Amino acid sequence: MSMKDRMSGNEAVAFAIRQINPDVMPAFPITPSTEIPQMVSTYIANGQMDTEFIPVESEHSSMSATIGAEAAGARSLTATSSCGLALMWEELLVAASDRMPCVMAVVNRTLSGPININCDHTDAMGARDTGWIQIYAENNQEAYDNFIQAYPIAEDKRVHLPVMICQDGFITSHAVENIILNEDPDVKDFVGQYEPEEFLLNPGNPVSIGPYAISPYVMEARKAQEEAMENSKEVIREVARRYREKFGRGFEFFEEYRTEDADYIMLIMGSAAGTAKQAVDDLREKGIKAGVLKLRVFRPFPASEIAQALSPAKAVAIMDRTESYNGHGGPLASEVRAGLYENGSSVKALCYTYGLGGRDFTVERVYEVFDELKDMIENNKEFRQHRYVGLRTNSPEVR
Amino acid sequence: MDFESIEIRWHGRGGQGAKTAALLLADVCFKTGAYVQGFPEYGPERMGAPITAFNRISKKEIRVHSNIYNPDLVVVVDETLLTSVDVTSGLSEDGAIIINTPSSPDEVRPLLQEYKGRVYTVDARKISEEALGKNFPNSPMLAATVAVSHVMEKNEFIREMKASYEHKFAKKPEVIEGNMKALSMTFEALGA
Repeated sequence: MSMKDRMSGNEAVAFAIRQINPDVMPAFPITPSTEIPQMVSTYIANGQMDTEFIPVESEHSSMSATIGAEAAGARSLTATSSCGLALMWEELLVAASDRMPCVMAVVNRTLSGPININCDHTDAMGARDTGWIQIYAENNQEAYDNFIQAYPIAEDKRVHLPVMICQDGFITSHAVENIILNEDPDVKDFVGQYEPEEFLLNPGNPVSIGPYAISPYVMEARKAQEEAMENSKEVIREVARRYREKFGRGFEFFEEYRTEDADYIMLIMGSAAGTAKQAVDDLREKGIKAGVLKLRVFRPFPASEIAQALSPAKAVAIMDRTESYNGHGGPLASEVRAGLYENGSSVKALCYTYGLGGRDFTVERVYEVFDELKDMIENNKEFRQHRYVGLRTNSPEVR
Repeated sequence: MDFESIEIRWHGRGGQGAKTAALLLADVCFKTGAYVQGFPEYGPERMGAPITAFNRISKKEIRVHSNIYNPDLVVVVDETLLTSVDVTSGLSEDGAIIINTPSSPDEVRPLLQEYKGRVYTVDARKISEEALGKNFPNSPMLAATVAVSHVMEKNEFIREMKASYEHKFAKKPEVIEGNMKALSMTFEALGA
């Protein structure tokens, strides 16, 4: 059974949290994720859930308290955005290296400067090497569906890693759209009871968590973490399949939209993927064989799977909603191209930075990218590999 | 709704409720079984600053997540914006614009950059003050949007809005009647 409704992305995540009813939620407000703890605390005040809500004084504390609660054996979570995520930096690595299966709702927002509250992926991309699993959503529906899958992935004994469920700030977090919700008992059944094996509040089995490690142990701990991240690929797939069987929705590592015979493929994450799909339909009507690969899972990075999906195309565009200042593109650009090389693919690729600080990404900008790919292949036109799309100079929508 | 889809752009000032109106429109249209999108454009949030909000209402699933540059309908909640914001930018000539003003359509047309499409005016302040005793232009502008766009049938809209107000104002039932009156006065004023 399912329920048709309409709500914003933040409402959808808060709704999922109510259905899961985790044990502890420490949180500190920051735009645009503030509504999530606000709505959860309202659910608690209304007696609709009994999660222990801890209002803390900063995000450094919210992540510390999440780790502490998780270490004690409680199913824990928090939510944040932008500078809040940046302030958690040290604790993000602690959560992952202590192998805490906690969950965080990230509502993506840029980081300074110039200071700005709108969407790009700079915050979560900055945390890409902290050891967290990262899953991205196109819309409120996927933010909801992904959130329900977070604990079954994190808590799996083969994984034991923290999970970030990301959605685009304002673009999906504050937009009201249609959604299909699952019934409470179905969600509870899917997520299951948390049964930690080793935890601090277990006098029968004393453990210590987060101790100092001398050099002979650090590398082994990191290698174990790396293996857990590798194991998570299988688990993410299993959980996605189980979710699809039960609720009829969702993808594994990515969604392939009209890519089967595509000459040109755009690889993109988050809300802009929907806009790209619309543009692809328009281009197909004009006889241009375009497709979209919407990446859902960024950590672990499904490099081989992406390479296999992109290789049959003539050219691909890799879209980053952030900047790496390395001269040749953002994190997706670097990792996708490394994956292509590793898999012996010689498909041509252009790397684009788009949508920074909430710069609107329209179907027209998608056409522009596909035009350049086509120009490169058909007319042998040479382009600089790392490009910006949607700068003021050539975008009528920016006033 | 006897058409495939419609795109609406709202212009207002921070604090006037243009964003709330866009979200409310998404809400009532959802009840008809349509696919809906309602979202504001966020900038520095200050009382009185020009703000924009958007609606997409469609029979098909909505995938585009960008602002609207070629709307079918524009709703201006504050007429002082006419001299500072290009409200008809990209507006379809087959579409329409609704402006909250005591002036007539012919009187405001000179401020509309030679826009050739339909122009409607609603004195939402007068309606609101008469019906509610206060200037809340939201309800009249929402009714005008439904009356002009035919995005849903009038009686269905009235019924859904009543349910929505009863929920929203559960603790202030005295304002429900005034809001309902503002809706019907707006339909009357537009001859709909």
